[in-house]
Order: sequence, then C-alpha cells, then structure tokens
Amino acid sequence: MSVPHVLLALLSEGAKYGLQLREEFEAGTGEVWPLNVGQVYRTLGRLERDGLAESDDTGQDGPQKRYRITGEGQRVLAAWLRTPPDLTSPPRDELVMKVLVAARVPGTDAHEVILAHRVYLLELMQQWTRLKEGEARDDLSLALVVDSELFRLDAVIRWLDAAEVRLARAAAEPPRPASAPAPAPQLRRLGARR
Amino acid sequence: MSRPEQDAGAVSVLELRGVSKTYGQEPALVHALAGVDLSVRAGEMVAVMGPSGSGKSTLLTIAGSLEEPTSGNVLVCGMPLAGMARGRRARLRRRVIGYVFQDFNLLPGLTAAENAALPLELDGVPAPRARAAGLAALEALGVAGRAGWFPDQLSGGERQRVAIARAVVGDRRLLLADEPSGALDSVNAGEVMRLLHEACQRGVAAVVVTHDAQLAAWADRIVLLRDGRMTGHTTRPPGPESLLTGETR
Repeated sequence: MSVPHVLLALLSEGAKYGLQLREEFEAGTGEVWPLNVGQVYRTLGRLERDGLAESDDTGQDGPQKRYRITGEGQRVLAAWLRTPPDLTSPPRDELVMKVLVAARVPGTDAHEVILAHRVYLLELMQQWTRLKEGEARDDLSLALVVDSELFRLDAVIRWLDAAEVRLARAAAEPPRPASAPAPAPQLRRLGARR
Repeated sequence: MSRPEQDAGAVSVLELRGVSKTYGQEPALVHALAGVDLSVRAGEMVAVMGPSGSGKSTLLTIAGSLEEPTSGNVLVCGMPLAGMARGRRARLRRRVIGYVFQDFNLLPGLTAAENAALPLELDGVPAPRARAAGLAALEALGVAGRAGWFPDQLSGGERQRVAIARAVVGDRRLLLADEPSGALDSVNAGEVMRLLHEACQRGVAAVVVTHDAQLAAWADRIVLLRDGRMTGHTTRPPGPESLLTGETR
C-alpha cells in the first residue's frame, strides 16, 4: 500500500498537521492498517523534499507544522489513482504452493490438506463478517475494507474448490504412458511476483 | 468425524443422529447422506456448505420433516419425528418450522401482510391475531411500510424480507433456508443473511444451506458436507478485534 499517496489524498482536502494525518489515515482505512507517527513524519519529509507537499515555514519540526498539497502533488495523486497496480504475474502464494506440493508428497491426502485450509479460511471469513455486522455498519471505510477482504478470501476458497475437483479428476484418470511426457505447463513460463 | 462441539446443557432445537438417506436400489444405490450428526441449539445459525450433490438439500428436507431418513433419528424441539402421526407432523411443520426458499415462493395474489400471516391462518389462528403477528414480523424485518403491497410491486430484497417474515411469524423455533439469497446482488444477499442472523439472536435456530462462502460466514458454525458425509466444521473463531491487532493465528 502506498502511504505517501494516501497522505497526499488526505492533504488534498486541506492543510493538516502530522498527528491529524495519522488519525485520519487510520480512520479512513477502517483502522485495519495502523501507521506510526514516525512513519507519517518521514513520509511528509519526503513529500516536501520532492515538491509534492509543503509546510508552514515556522522553522519548527514535528506536531506544530501544517502541511498542504502542491500542484505537482495533486497531479501525481491523480495519476496514481488511475494507474492500475501491477497484477500481471501471479504472486508466490504460500497456500497455492502447499496444495501443489501436497499433491506430490507420497502418503499425503491432498483433500485433507485442502479441507484444513478451507476451514481456516471460513473461520477468518466469519471473523470479518462479525466486523461487518458490528462496527462496519456505520463506518463506510471499514465496510469497504471488510468487503475487499471477504472477496479475497472467497476467491481463495473457490480456488480450493476448483483444485479439489481437478485433483479428483486427475486421480481418476489413467496414468500417462512414460513415452509421452506431459507438456510443460504454461505457468512455468510466467514470472512470479515477490 | 466427531460431533461439532456444543455448549453443555444447551437445548437442541434440531438434532440429527446418524442420519442416512439412500435413493434407488442396488446396484444403482445412491447414498445422499451417510451417518450425519448435527445439533443446532436455540439462537444458533448453522450453515451447511458443500459441492453440488453433496447432500445439502437432502439434509434440509429431512430436517424439515418433508422427507424421512433411511436410517437414523431426527428430533425437533426434543421430539423424535420417527413414528410421529402424519397430522402431528404437519402441525409441527406449520407451528415450529419456517422455510425460506431461493425463489421466495410468495403467493402473488396476497399482500405482504397476508403472505406473512398465512402460516398462522392455515394453522387455525383467528385472522385478527394472525394479521397482527404478520405485521409484527414485517415490522421486525423493516418492511411494515409494504404491508399492503403485492409481491410483484416489491423489489427482490423486499420480497425476501417478506419471505423471512413469513418464516419466523408466530412462535417458530426452527428456520430452514435453502440458498436464501436467491439471485440477489452481494450487498442485498448479505442483508438477507444479516436478517436471518438477527432472527437467530432473538432465539430462533437456523440451518442455512448455501454454496456461497460469503453467506455461510454469517453463521455461528459452518459444517462441510461431501458425498453425504460431514467432513469438517468451523470452531467458534475469536472475536473480530483480533483481525485489527493481527492475532488471528
């Protein structure tokens, strides 16, 4: 997540103090992403250095300084909002690795492995849903963060469902003859993020 | 699999003990359910998840006494359904069990209030009392303002609220729902689950069958079904505060 851009977004509403920015950052992200005050001032320092924000020229550091966004900061913020993040290559997901590996380890029931992950993910989704039912009902930012997390976890569960079906089908198919090696899977040519 | 944990001493509104159901005959015998144990207590919402053909709907029809198990016992409010006279069983269905269907199943010629009051009227409750209970149920679901409207004048979300009102009207103890969000969008579908969960918080026990993890996540407990067997279940997770402090695992 880009802290500098979120701070620029908060400054686009008007001039603000560092502590105020931290509070608004946390409230605006449903308090799911905590931010320490040192990080706020370091980021503000960099934004000022790069000409994206400016402060009152009081000669003081720390909580007395008020920051405002510059014209260049507004341009950079607008461009960032419209630039999609890089999702071209699949992330190196530990869960995906575990299921891929489980299918190859002798004596391991991949369905049992999948079940353990599915139960854990469902329990996490129950927790997020409790949050949605409670605090997030009156907090739009939190509701959006919770929805995003629920859709992400839901997608992982759907992938587990699909993986289970594929593994069951593969187990039911007769093994390929040794003279006809399987073609290299397309995924091998894809780079992985991280 | 061991039986999902229960609070000691809690009264089960629904109890399935070793329930099995087979269809057809050898060699084409189909085991829709195989030795399912499930206990749902008052105030609890249990979601049943599983792929198509896992036995979810069969479980619901057996729990609702619409079908009999091949073996095993079903108890509703402590009363075994096996051997119960047909009339008594029908009465139990009308008075104790409420159903929510995927396609709402409201009667088009009746208003929302009349639809909500219908189960009580069918059960012989005098009309004014049935109507008052129907209105109270609509009120609890936030659609009292639509009492005089017909189903085709209501939005999808409103129709499902009326359907839930009809399912909980009077003194229903057990709510059985099969994919209750129908074709609603995700926000409205979540709203339906919130209403069902609130009904449970008022003391009703509910079993919700769904293939949708986001809807199942509203439940207090999720049980997983596969090939007619219960393969797993969630345990009560910690409160949501742990998500904000990174203590989930």
